[in-house]
Amino acid sequence: MQDVNHHISDDLLMGYAAGALPQAFDLVIATHVSLSDESRARLESFEALGGAVLNHVGTADLEEDSFEATMARISAAPAPERAPSPEPAETGIFPAPLRDMVGGDLDAVKWRAVGMGVKQCVLHSGKDASVRLLYIPAGQAMPMHSHRGTEMTLVLQGAYSDEEDRFARGDVEIAGEETNHTPTADPGEDCICLIATDAPLKFNGLLPRIAQPFVGI
Amino acid sequence: MLFMNDHADTIDALPPEVLLAPSAMVRGAARGKDVTIVQNSEEHWVALVQAIATAHDQTAFAELFRHFAPKVKAFLIKSGADAGLAEECMQDVMATLWRKAHMYDPSRASVATWIFTVARNRKIDLLRKYARPEPEDLPWGPEQAPDQADVLALQQESHRLAEAMKTLPEKQRILIERAYFGDLTHSEIAAETGLPLGTIKSRIRLALDRLRHNMT
Repeated sequence: MQDVNHHISDDLLMGYAAGALPQAFDLVIATHVSLSDESRARLESFEALGGAVLNHVGTADLEEDSFEATMARISAAPAPERAPSPEPAETGIFPAPLRDMVGGDLDAVKWRAVGMGVKQCVLHSGKDASVRLLYIPAGQAMPMHSHRGTEMTLVLQGAYSDEEDRFARGDVEIAGEETNHTPTADPGEDCICLIATDAPLKFNGLLPRIAQPFVGI
Repeated sequence: MLFMNDHADTIDALPPEVLLAPSAMVRGAARGKDVTIVQNSEEHWVALVQAIATAHDQTAFAELFRHFAPKVKAFLIKSGADAGLAEECMQDVMATLWRKAHMYDPSRASVATWIFTVARNRKIDLLRKYARPEPEDLPWGPEQAPDQADVLALQQESHRLAEAMKTLPEKQRILIERAYFGDLTHSEIAAETGLPLGTIKSRIRLALDRLRHNMT
């Protein structure tokens, strides 16, 4: 597996390993880790830390019939005789966690046009964070914007560049409040991204600001 | 027909030799030779999970339950569950252990780590009421046994990590624990732990590379 160039930061991976992130970020990280063995190894090392915490946590008294009750649960739904083989590699572009969320691959996405050929689909919107798919036509620039919170962008198809760097399939860009950038999709292929935000975006130009309520970001 | 009919009392009522002796046999069978049991070592827990996976070994499960169930329950209580919910959730976690023993990859995780991930996911299901998105599974099954040297190396690193945890300054250890109990928001989590996670990461990466190689 060819690995990606831009990985998720340690603090977010540790937050995911600990189960401390909003659901929106869980989805982006699970999808990114599906595309990067390096990130998977880093994630699993933070899970090893969770194992060490479990070792040190002490013990709690169990109910008297705890073991029998557990055995009853097992006999109610016994182990499968053989490991089910994993699904063969899909031909689509969505790794399993995203496919599960969308209910299919790219062709199952219910896009909404937001102007300039850009389309989006909000997958989940919680009180602390939201996650959406964004479709940017090849060569199209996104409006200049900065952020109030943390924005995590994962590229699923095509690529985009901003003033700093270029991001292709599997790459993650994490933008904080200090980031103020103008991402532009590479020419040649439409760019599809999965984006989690823990605060609404704010646009710098007047027109995009008016458009923001419709964009819903 | 199922399990433990000879040991209908709670697991604590089982005499120690019942818990030890059969797993020694099972472990010998699993490896094809007799191996000395070292109680409480990471490799011992691996042998027990493998005994569940290959032989549905109820005595091995009983021993794992005795060791890990009180820890899982304590972890859930410290994560904010009340005693009743923690008990329910713990039983679910331990039942999952039985059902998914064949999914456990000892070249990538200690048994404690694997149980932690199962408990964490169940905790999110119950306390936060959503199914946590998990990375795509890698193809894995009994027919692709992991490299024994990889297993040994990873289990030794896990042991070293557990030991290193004991020597951390208390303040730092508590901060790590709070992160894993879900007591910190993600912006409060600092990933700098002062623990040897880099070596574990390298081991896991190696095991993943081997797995990819086996698949192609």
